[in-house]
Amino acid sequence: MMVLEKRPQPSQRWVFAAPLLAVVLTMMVGGALFAALGKNPFEVIRTIFYDPLFSQNAWFYRPEILIKGGPLVLLAIGLSFGFRAGIWNIGAEGQYIIGAICGAAVGLALYPAETRLIFPLMVLAGALGGWAWAMIPAILRVRFGTNEILVSLMLVYVAEQLLASMALGALRNPEGMGFPGSRNLSQWPAAANKELIAGSGMHWGVVAAFIAVIFAYIVLSRHQFGFQVRLSGQAPRAARFAGVNPGRMILICMGISGALAGLAGLFEVAGPSGQISIDFNVGYGFTAIIVAFLGRLHPVGILLAGGLMALTYVGGGIAQGQLGLPAAAIQLLQGMLLFFLLAVDVLTNYRFRFGKGEVA
Amino acid sequence: MDLSAINPILLLASLMVAATPILLAAVGELVVERAGVLNLGVEGMMIVGAISGFIVAVNTGSPWLGFIAAAVGGALLSLLFGILTQYFLSNQVASGLALTLFGLGLSALMGQNYQGIKAPAFPDWHIPVLGDIPVIGPIVFQHDPMVYVGLLIVLGVWAFLKYSRAGLVLRAVGENHDAAHALGYHVIRVRLLAIMFGGACAGLGGAYLSLVRVPQWTEGMTAGAGWIALAIVVFASWKPGRLLLGAYLFGGVTVLQLNLQAAGLAIPVEYLSMSPYIATIVVLVIMSSGRAPGSLGRIFHAAR
Repeated sequence: MMVLEKRPQPSQRWVFAAPLLAVVLTMMVGGALFAALGKNPFEVIRTIFYDPLFSQNAWFYRPEILIKGGPLVLLAIGLSFGFRAGIWNIGAEGQYIIGAICGAAVGLALYPAETRLIFPLMVLAGALGGWAWAMIPAILRVRFGTNEILVSLMLVYVAEQLLASMALGALRNPEGMGFPGSRNLSQWPAAANKELIAGSGMHWGVVAAFIAVIFAYIVLSRHQFGFQVRLSGQAPRAARFAGVNPGRMILICMGISGALAGLAGLFEVAGPSGQISIDFNVGYGFTAIIVAFLGRLHPVGILLAGGLMALTYVGGGIAQGQLGLPAAAIQLLQGMLLFFLLAVDVLTNYRFRFGKGEVA
Repeated sequence: MDLSAINPILLLASLMVAATPILLAAVGELVVERAGVLNLGVEGMMIVGAISGFIVAVNTGSPWLGFIAAAVGGALLSLLFGILTQYFLSNQVASGLALTLFGLGLSALMGQNYQGIKAPAFPDWHIPVLGDIPVIGPIVFQHDPMVYVGLLIVLGVWAFLKYSRAGLVLRAVGENHDAAHALGYHVIRVRLLAIMFGGACAGLGGAYLSLVRVPQWTEGMTAGAGWIALAIVVFASWKPGRLLLGAYLFGGVTVLQLNLQAAGLAIPVEYLSMSPYIATIVVLVIMSSGRAPGSLGRIFHAAR
C-alpha cells in the first residue's frame, strides 16, 4: 500500500523540480490535446516553446517576449506579496485597467504639451490609480471583514465597464471621427512609453519589472517586512503574537500589488497598446496568478515563470498563424500548467511511503 | 425616458428567470462549503456546463438532454478540483482559481464551432389553474421547468441538511474534519461527493444561461455569474433559505437595470451594467457577519 507522509521540512529538491515536472507534464498532455485537434503535436510544441527563441525568425519574436513578459512579471511580483501573506487579491486585472485609465487621463489632460514631465506624471498617476482601486477591497476587509477575493474580483467587472465608458466617452479622441478609443499615446513623444533600444522590445515597463524583481528579492529575503509577510502566511497566530498588525499587513500587501498592477497597465497603454480602447486589456491580470504560483512566489522564480508564460503567448500566436491552432488551446495550456503544478507540489511537502505502515 | 414602459408584473416574472442560474450555482456551492471545501472554480464549472449543455442540446435537439450533459460536464470538471484538493492536498484557493482559468479555456475550445447558433426552444410551462391567477400567475407559475427544478433543488438541500442523517454527517465533516474522521466518517468520500454535486449544480446554472436565458453560446458568457454565486453563499450565511433571498435580490437588480437601459434612463449604459457587481459588493459588506463552517478551506490529511 502507498501512503502519504508529511515531510518534517519541505523538500528543497522538489521546490525546484516541481515546476519543471509540471511544465513537462503540460507539454505531454498538451501534445495529446493538439494531436486530438488534428495537429502534429511535436511541431506545435516546437513552435510554441522553441521557435520564438531559436528559429531563424527569432529576432522578430524575442522583443515580443519582453513586451508580453514585462507586465506579467510586474503583476505577479505584486500578487506574490499578498499570496505569501494569505491575502488573495485576484482582481489585479481591474487594478491594471484603472491604472491605465488614470495614467492616460493625466496625460491626455495635458495634450498637446511637450515637456519631459508628462510621462513621469502619468507613471505616478497609473500607480496611484491601481493602488486606490486595490484599497477598496483592502479597506472593506480591514474595516468590515468582507471577503477580499470576491470584492476584488467584482471590481474587475466594474473596471471593465468603466473602461468601456471612458473609451466611448470622456477619453475618446476628439479627432477620432466618432470611433471609440482615445488619442494614440504612443505617437505623442511626451507621453509615449518608447522602446529604449530600438528593436529590442525593452521599454520602461520591462525596466520596472526588473527593478520590481530586485526590490522584492531584497525586501522578502533581507528585510523585516519580508519576514513578517512570510510569518503572516504560514502562522497567522504567531505573527499576531510577534506584533504584526494584520490589518496593516493587508493594506500594505494589497497596496503593493495594486500599485504594481496600475504601473503595468500604464506602461501597456502608453506603449505596446498605445491607446485606451474597449478591449485593450487581454487578461494579464489573471495569467499573472499562474505566473506567481509557477514562480513559487519567489521573485527570481517569477521572472523565469513570466518569461515562460510570455513564450506561450508569443509561440501560441505563431502556432495560431502558421498551424491554425485555436487561440483557446493556448489558454487551456496555461490553465493546465497551473493544475499540474498544484498536483506535483504535493511532493514538496509530503512523501510517498510504500509498504504497509505499522498499525498505530 | 419613459418609466411607465416598465411593467411591474413582467419585471417580477423576469426576476425569477434572471435569478435561476445564480441560484443553481449557489446552492451547489453551499453544499460544498458546508462540507468544509471552498471551491472558487464555480465560474469555470458554470461555463463548461454552459457549453457542454449547448453542444448536446443543439446536436440532439433536446434541451433536457442538454441539461443532463451540463450537469455531467460540471461534475467531471469539479472532480479535477476534488482530486487535486482531496488527494494531492493542494491549496483550495489556488486550485479553485486554476479550475476557473482552465474551464474558461476549455469552454472556448469546445465552443469554437458553436458561435451564432440558436439553442433549441425550451417552452414555458403554463401550469393549469395556478397559472391563471391574476398577477401571481404570470409572476410565479408561467416559467420554464428549470426555474422550478432550481427551487426544488434548494428545497431538497434544505431538507437534506436539516433532517437527514447524511446531511448531519456532511455538516460534521465541514465543522471539524478531524473529529468526523475520528468518529469513522469518510471525510474525503463525503467531500468528493459534495464537490461533484456542486459541479453538477454549477453546470446546470451555466446551461440555463446558454439554453434559456440568452439563448446561444458566446465565449465568456457567464461574465462573473459564478463569482456572484460565491458571494451569495456568504450573504446567505450558508443557509439555503436565505440563498433564495440573495439570488432574487440579485436577479432584481439585474432585471431592473436592464429595464432602465431599455427605458432610456439618462445614466450611461456602462454604469447601469456595473450595478449588479456593485450591489454584490454592498451586500457583502453589510452581510459579512455569518459564521463559516469550521473547517472551511482547510486541508485534511489523516495523520496516523
